[in-house]
Amino acid sequence: MLPFYGEHFGNASSIHHHGQETRGAVERARESVAMLLGCRASEIVFTSGGTEADNLAIFGLAQPGDHIITSTIEHHAVLNACKHASTKGCEVSYIPVDARGLIDPVDVKRALRPNTKLISIMLANNETGVLQPVEEIAQIASKADVYFHTDAVQAAGKIPIDVNKIGCDLLTISGHKIHAPQGVGALYIRKGTRLDPMLHGGTHERSRRAGTENVPGIVGLGKAAELAATGLQNGPDQWNDGSDARPRPSIPSPRPEHEDRNHDDLRTSSSRTSTFKMAAMRDRLERGLLNIEATGLNGEGASRVPNTTNIYFDGIEGESLVIALDLKGLAVSTGAACSSGAIEPSHVLTAMALRPERAKASIRFSFGKQNTDEDVDFALSLIPETVARLRKLSPVWSGASAALKPHQSGCHPERSEGPAVLRTVPKPQVLR
Amino acid sequence: MLTNETIAVAMSGGVDSSAVAAMLRAEGRNVIGLTMQLWNQRRLSGHAGMPESVQGRCCSIDDVYDARRVAETLGIPYYVVNHEERFERDVVRPFVEEYLAGRTPIPCSLCNNHLKFDQLLIVAQQIGADQIATGHYAQVTFDEQLGRWLLKRPADRSKDQTYFLFGLTQEQLSRTLFPLGGMTKPEVRELARKHSLVIAEKPDSQEICFVPGGDYKRFLEAYLTEQGDQPVAVGGEMVTTDGKVIGEHAGVHNFTVGQRKGLGLATGSPLYVIQIKNDTRQVIVGKDEDLYSRALITSRVNLISCAEINEPMRVTVKIRHKHQPASAMIESAGPAEVRVTFDEPQRALTPGQAAVFYDDDLVVGGGWIDNPPQP
Repeated sequence: MLPFYGEHFGNASSIHHHGQETRGAVERARESVAMLLGCRASEIVFTSGGTEADNLAIFGLAQPGDHIITSTIEHHAVLNACKHASTKGCEVSYIPVDARGLIDPVDVKRALRPNTKLISIMLANNETGVLQPVEEIAQIASKADVYFHTDAVQAAGKIPIDVNKIGCDLLTISGHKIHAPQGVGALYIRKGTRLDPMLHGGTHERSRRAGTENVPGIVGLGKAAELAATGLQNGPDQWNDGSDARPRPSIPSPRPEHEDRNHDDLRTSSSRTSTFKMAAMRDRLERGLLNIEATGLNGEGASRVPNTTNIYFDGIEGESLVIALDLKGLAVSTGAACSSGAIEPSHVLTAMALRPERAKASIRFSFGKQNTDEDVDFALSLIPETVARLRKLSPVWSGASAALKPHQSGCHPERSEGPAVLRTVPKPQVLR
Repeated sequence: MLTNETIAVAMSGGVDSSAVAAMLRAEGRNVIGLTMQLWNQRRLSGHAGMPESVQGRCCSIDDVYDARRVAETLGIPYYVVNHEERFERDVVRPFVEEYLAGRTPIPCSLCNNHLKFDQLLIVAQQIGADQIATGHYAQVTFDEQLGRWLLKRPADRSKDQTYFLFGLTQEQLSRTLFPLGGMTKPEVRELARKHSLVIAEKPDSQEICFVPGGDYKRFLEAYLTEQGDQPVAVGGEMVTTDGKVIGEHAGVHNFTVGQRKGLGLATGSPLYVIQIKNDTRQVIVGKDEDLYSRALITSRVNLISCAEINEPMRVTVKIRHKHQPASAMIESAGPAEVRVTFDEPQRALTPGQAAVFYDDDLVVGGGWIDNPPQP
């Protein structure tokens, strides 16, 4: 990447030799991305990121009067693009999910209308990691002669992706999710798909996306795609085999390390960080956290990408836990951040019919390639005590048994009694 | 004596709270900046009469941006916490309901009681800060003899905000720092400049943070429309003090006691709103001298300098933010109720506002002004 900020600074669209060098690098990157997705290089359009790719898929296809089918759990890049499309004369149907966070393809089929132009359903949800039945949906789309787009931002690099196996017409990936720089992404567009560009200008990207290419970013994305493909080779053939659908122990029972789904051998023998290792770390963290009382897995019973877990801790405010952990050096997230940086209730968890207090008590943990077993140890040493502290200070927590009763968190103590946490008046500690 | 406890600073993006963060940081304290996201300023935009875009307001993206910039400059951790739901429940709805009941609410006191010194204090404790500091102009001290935390007026009397803080409990006061209590506003600005804070010249905010342009009537209508409520049938008669009906009005929320403008009455001598009757929806109008009275009852009283009022106490009482405290006697009138009797009649005792009792600089306590007894 670095040479393209300096010595190879040629514009990839220029005729001179500097430009040609750069052009070569961009095209090699395109081939690497095509390799990762199992498509032709000519079917890849580079964009400024996942959001632009999602928008290009939607606005490039849907015209006023067209009907779009999407889901309630899509990333905002799809949800808000569809919302905008609906103000421009498109009709949009939002398919709900079940308690596991799964879309039922039958619902997609039922939503079809004569004017349906596009179905956009994500491959893996960004908050829960739950994998959607995209192959079945692609078949439904194909039979109905409707375009099918899938946002694979969260899945790319985590599970093998083959656009032909899925059967999608368009597929989005984002650079930084596979360890490329931020601000670069790509849209796979199946050959023969007629798509109006969103940006108008030069004939870059085969006239599908005008604008000088972000060469360093694209080169980075190409390299990341290459590395992701190698990492996946060290992983299992596929993850969406339901192997994650294991029951969680109802009685806390710490299990010995060697029972870690036999990932240990791979974890120690392979110097390369594979998705296997990521899954093993994720599973260990998950098991450790689920041993805390009144916790649970969001997306339980569904297949998930190997790097994500979403857990609720009844009786806490997710926001406080995120901040408390961040102050100790552990970066986790909850819901989605709005423009101010404040946390909004997760639309994904709400769509899964979690009650609001539980949605707000949920934390999303994601692993990257740089994470180590020590990180898991650190998290497991930090989180239980932090959760315990938060619960102790919580005005709504009165123990695990109470937390399991519905509506428990709804009752706040009357103001006149003062918040539960402040019952004792401490002696002055600071001279003012 | 300094301890190295962690202090959460409630940062609004304004000069005062930014200066607080800078001061505490300079003293070597562990400081965490927190901004409460309380209201989505774009929520009601586009409703009739509401501005399309809102800038430079509390909870606006600009203010959060400013607070974040200040935190970056000071090198302190900074987070935005979302309390929109609670704010709507405990501040905005009561604000609307009070107006519809013909009273004149003070949302800032409700916000202090239910958000800043309650929810934010809980978050602060959960993330490891035992105390919060705010940019209010007030002073807190602990009195060994009384064994109580005391709230005092600040050095800069022109900025005194104790009127909005009368509801703080002993627990809340014990965990609160008001580092600006001994400073004047120019000193605070100078401090912000010295720390090169981008907000050093930012103008003071005056209005109710969630009511753009201070037009509360439009806000009420936009909010009620959004909630699917008709701007309620609150219309009624305009009646003189001697019982003569002289007109009609479109809703009690358009009036506040002492109001002269916008009554829609053409009479020879100026008329003022004397009383708003919630039950009959009548707005009583009369002459300026009809506005004066000597007695009022406050309810939901919070006491600070003492645990209870056992015998009548001589104090000064402030009945609105800009009111000059007036001499009065206070005495208990029931559980959490206090009767105030002024030495001299006071103009426009307004139900819904607070009456705050002072002993010189000390806040004795305060309560909410009740509707006058029905004759």
